[in-house]
Amino acid sequence: MTQPTLLSFQNVSVHYGAIHALKSVSFDVRKGEIVSLIGSNGAGKTTTLRAISGLVKKSEGRIQYAGADITALPPHAIVRKRICQAPEGRGIFLNLTVEENLDLGAWTAPNPKTLAEDFERSYELFPRLKERRKQNAGTLSGGEQQMLAIARALMAHPELLLLDEPSLGLAPQIIERIFEIIQRINREGMTVLLVEQNALQALQIAHQGIVLETGRVVLSGPAATLAASDEVRKAYLGE
Amino acid sequence: MIQFVQHLINGLSLGSIYALIALGYTMVFGILQLINFAHGEVYMLGAFIGMYSARALHLTDRPSIGALVVAMAISMAGTALAGFTIERLAYRPLRKSPRINVLITAVGVSLFLQFSGQLLFGADPKVFPEIYHPGGQWHIGQIMLNPLQLTVFIISILLMLALQTIVYRTRLGRAMRAVSFNHDLASLMGIPTDRVISFTFMLGSALAGAAGVLVGLIYPKIDPLMGTLPGLKAFVAAVLGGIGNVTGAVVGSLILGLSEEFLVGYWAPTFRDALAFALLILILLFKPTGLFGTGRQDKV
Repeated sequence: MTQPTLLSFQNVSVHYGAIHALKSVSFDVRKGEIVSLIGSNGAGKTTTLRAISGLVKKSEGRIQYAGADITALPPHAIVRKRICQAPEGRGIFLNLTVEENLDLGAWTAPNPKTLAEDFERSYELFPRLKERRKQNAGTLSGGEQQMLAIARALMAHPELLLLDEPSLGLAPQIIERIFEIIQRINREGMTVLLVEQNALQALQIAHQGIVLETGRVVLSGPAATLAASDEVRKAYLGE
Repeated sequence: MIQFVQHLINGLSLGSIYALIALGYTMVFGILQLINFAHGEVYMLGAFIGMYSARALHLTDRPSIGALVVAMAISMAGTALAGFTIERLAYRPLRKSPRINVLITAVGVSLFLQFSGQLLFGADPKVFPEIYHPGGQWHIGQIMLNPLQLTVFIISILLMLALQTIVYRTRLGRAMRAVSFNHDLASLMGIPTDRVISFTFMLGSALAGAAGVLVGLIYPKIDPLMGTLPGLKAFVAAVLGGIGNVTGAVVGSLILGLSEEFLVGYWAPTFRDALAFALLILILLFKPTGLFGTGRQDKV
């Protein structure tokens, strides 16, 4: 039983000046799956997410979402398609309070009437955020900031959630908690594209895996197969 | 003592006018890291729009606070439109260009407006019509209050409170603060950043337009180059407070207005215009981030 394709990334190239950051990258994300995009620093993982969100210009290729071409849409229009990103480095508004951050996440929420429920849901997923809701986001710890970034992305009711290195710089227990939450929201029906350097854990929770190296897809397939493959074990799992 | 209070009120009303202009500088800087040198000319346009609308609507027939409000509303709408147009035509095409290009463009827009003003309105000074004429003096004990100065101060404060409410209590204001923190990040929330930038220009320009009308009331001689000096002084006030910081712009402007007034009143009237620039040199030497500047906090 294969799910229909939700996102299709077709031969996409991205240049930053003279640097060729993505070289004709193609992959599909099927509805309801967690897809983990792994690879070392500079492999093009973040660029892939930025390309989907419309933050970088594509020099070649197409991105299709639910059958529609989103290649040339501006970032805010892509969010309206229900593709939301929790950007790398815990991209949150440090000058705003926790509550204000969450409220901005709901900028495109389809139904303003559910706003109060959405806040409650965020606070239920991440009780720490409730305690700190009136505080400036800049005063949060690294883990709390990451939780806020994810909670904020969820406020928009995404169909496709893009997560950029949610485990970066966090303590192992917090990473585990964040990965549990990713699995939970996925079970509730959300499709997740997860970018991670933490390859082993990212493949453990994923259905599909994609390995990027210097801007190219070098391997892709079911996550379990990738996790067992010699190349991945050698290159990313330190064996 | 009486003289002191008099100077205090004059200083506050002058400072509050600087504040209305400085807020536009600081908001645009907060959101685009651009010193919009054309901002003083928007203030000039405000005075002229106020004058022409007062003439067209015969507001001088019945000078009143109502007439003043009407002239200010028209002027604010007109300058908001001017601010929108300037951003759209001159700055938006340069969004991805190096900052120096945009800065030079801002100087160009400023000159363009000054001399277009001379062409359209004539280079000779015009008299701003008397649309609000509070009677005589108000007395509180021995202190004589100039009601015009006081009205200007109160209206400015009300406008600043309105701005404060928009920036800190509304969703659009929240979006402005988000865009000023980081454009890409704001766009990932689905916020149309270009529209928020347009709105910021309109808001700042409307305040400058209001300042133009209020100045016309106190110093009723207006001309197309009148924006240069107040524009530069308001810019200094914004830097003094910490450019990008809304509270800083207001505090910096009040400090500048008060110190000018006391300098003129007690010491050396001829140094009035030099004071702002002496202050600028001192700030840049000793505290370049300004009084409230703390790096990235609350730039709008």
